[in-house]
Amino acid sequence: MTARPQPAPTSDPPGPGAGGVVRPGPVVLRSRVFDADTLRRAVARIAHEIVERNHGAGHVVLVGLYTRGVALARRLAAAIAGFEGVEVPVGALDVAFYRDDIGLRPVAPLGPTEVPDVSGRVVVLVDDVLFTGRTARAALDALLELGRPRAVQLAVLVDRGHRELPIRADYVGKNLPTKVTEDVRVRLAETDDGPDGVEIWGPEGGEG
Amino acid sequence: MKHLLSVDDFADRPAIEAMLDLTERFVAVSRREIRKVPALRGRTVVSLFFEESTRTRLSFETAAKRLSADVMTFSVASSSVKKGESLLDTVRTIEAMGVDAVVVRHSAAGAAARVASWTGASVVNAGDGRHEHPTQALLDAYTLRSHRGPSLDGCRVAIVGDVRNSRVARSDVKMFHALGCEITLVGPPTLLPERLGGWPVTVAHDLDEVCGEVDVLYMLRIQRERIDQACFPSLREYASRWGLTPARMARCKPDTLVMHPGPMNRGIEIAAEVADSARSLVAEQVANGVAVRMAVLWTLLGAGGTVV
Repeated sequence: MTARPQPAPTSDPPGPGAGGVVRPGPVVLRSRVFDADTLRRAVARIAHEIVERNHGAGHVVLVGLYTRGVALARRLAAAIAGFEGVEVPVGALDVAFYRDDIGLRPVAPLGPTEVPDVSGRVVVLVDDVLFTGRTARAALDALLELGRPRAVQLAVLVDRGHRELPIRADYVGKNLPTKVTEDVRVRLAETDDGPDGVEIWGPEGGEG
Repeated sequence: MKHLLSVDDFADRPAIEAMLDLTERFVAVSRREIRKVPALRGRTVVSLFFEESTRTRLSFETAAKRLSADVMTFSVASSSVKKGESLLDTVRTIEAMGVDAVVVRHSAAGAAARVASWTGASVVNAGDGRHEHPTQALLDAYTLRSHRGPSLDGCRVAIVGDVRNSRVARSDVKMFHALGCEITLVGPPTLLPERLGGWPVTVAHDLDEVCGEVDVLYMLRIQRERIDQACFPSLREYASRWGLTPARMARCKPDTLVMHPGPMNRGIEIAAEVADSARSLVAEQVANGVAVRMAVLWTLLGAGGTVV
């Protein structure tokens, strides 16, 4: 989830590619895309899709990418437990040491990697925003050193476009066309102040 | 942070604690089946050791390799230094090959700082004379914190033995003090520094007075290569008065921990039974050394980011 520009108040550094463009001037809130209810429904739908596509949840492991992906993975697991009665293992993955922009910009580990045994399982990587695809690429490398999953799938709350690598998500909460200069911020009660939501921020004044 | 030459290179206590927190990530990597991350792929680390030290050199080289950096070993014994090359020329030669970090061990205090002033690469001081050994202090702090942490405030540490000749003691005093420990230096007057102006320590000469009071006994190696005159009557006398014997250990608190920077002189500063006991952290210190050096190399070469 670090592969996107993310000015204060969140601590995620700006992304490496087009998203790493330094924008002059202040950024302002452009629009709210999700409120707490729509976000909850999107998570519930993704949970159903994961179970449907994998013919049950028995072989599934959910692995969240720090920071908000971990919170989302836990929500997906709770949802699956609710309607399917299966406790899906949840892991947390830090991709800092696997990024391709080390040395180009500040990179810091965001939390301890704790991933249950993934060998022979279907791993669903979970992140909040899919942008350039570089975080997902790093996550694949990090994951494959921990075992050999039968398959790896990708679930994201928001796909904002602007891919720089041939990566696509298997489960998408919402496709959200954005400008490169804009910034998609996901807010979750577990990691941020205030209610759940998704916001688009952008440079002050007009359409950037 | 560009270089790590001294514990003083850390701005404050939070900066040290951030490095110890980062070390925890690399301890986790070191416990995995694949003990390697691609973080410093394509970077080159050279170990430049003008003083024999197999363990420190291996620790740094293992750390660099686990970060996927390329490692070059500059071995003085088989090098042009033997033919009279100066330190400056050696550094220029190495730099011309393109290196990102130089790990320097030298018998002269200030050597690492001197190398840092000559090169654009990052320099890590792996011990310079009697001056400093900052990564040893970091691994000691990490090891102690993993037993007594997260805060070391008020932890009582006795540093025992050849303090005068010890760069480990110098770095450890700074490190433990920065983390809130109370430090007592113990040893014969001939092995303690002549002046302790500004050192945040108390001094004792009788180990028996101290050993029942402290949480940690940090035993220093008797550095026979650095002791150039008779500082104590005999090794046997030293062992009986300042060595950590099983009898002395029995007078300590039941949870007092024992540390040693290695290599140990068994039977002199530390008895074999003590060194191998459950209260000895010596093996952990070595294991944590690799993770600490990964954290340092990552911080110097990876984390900060030099914009190209």
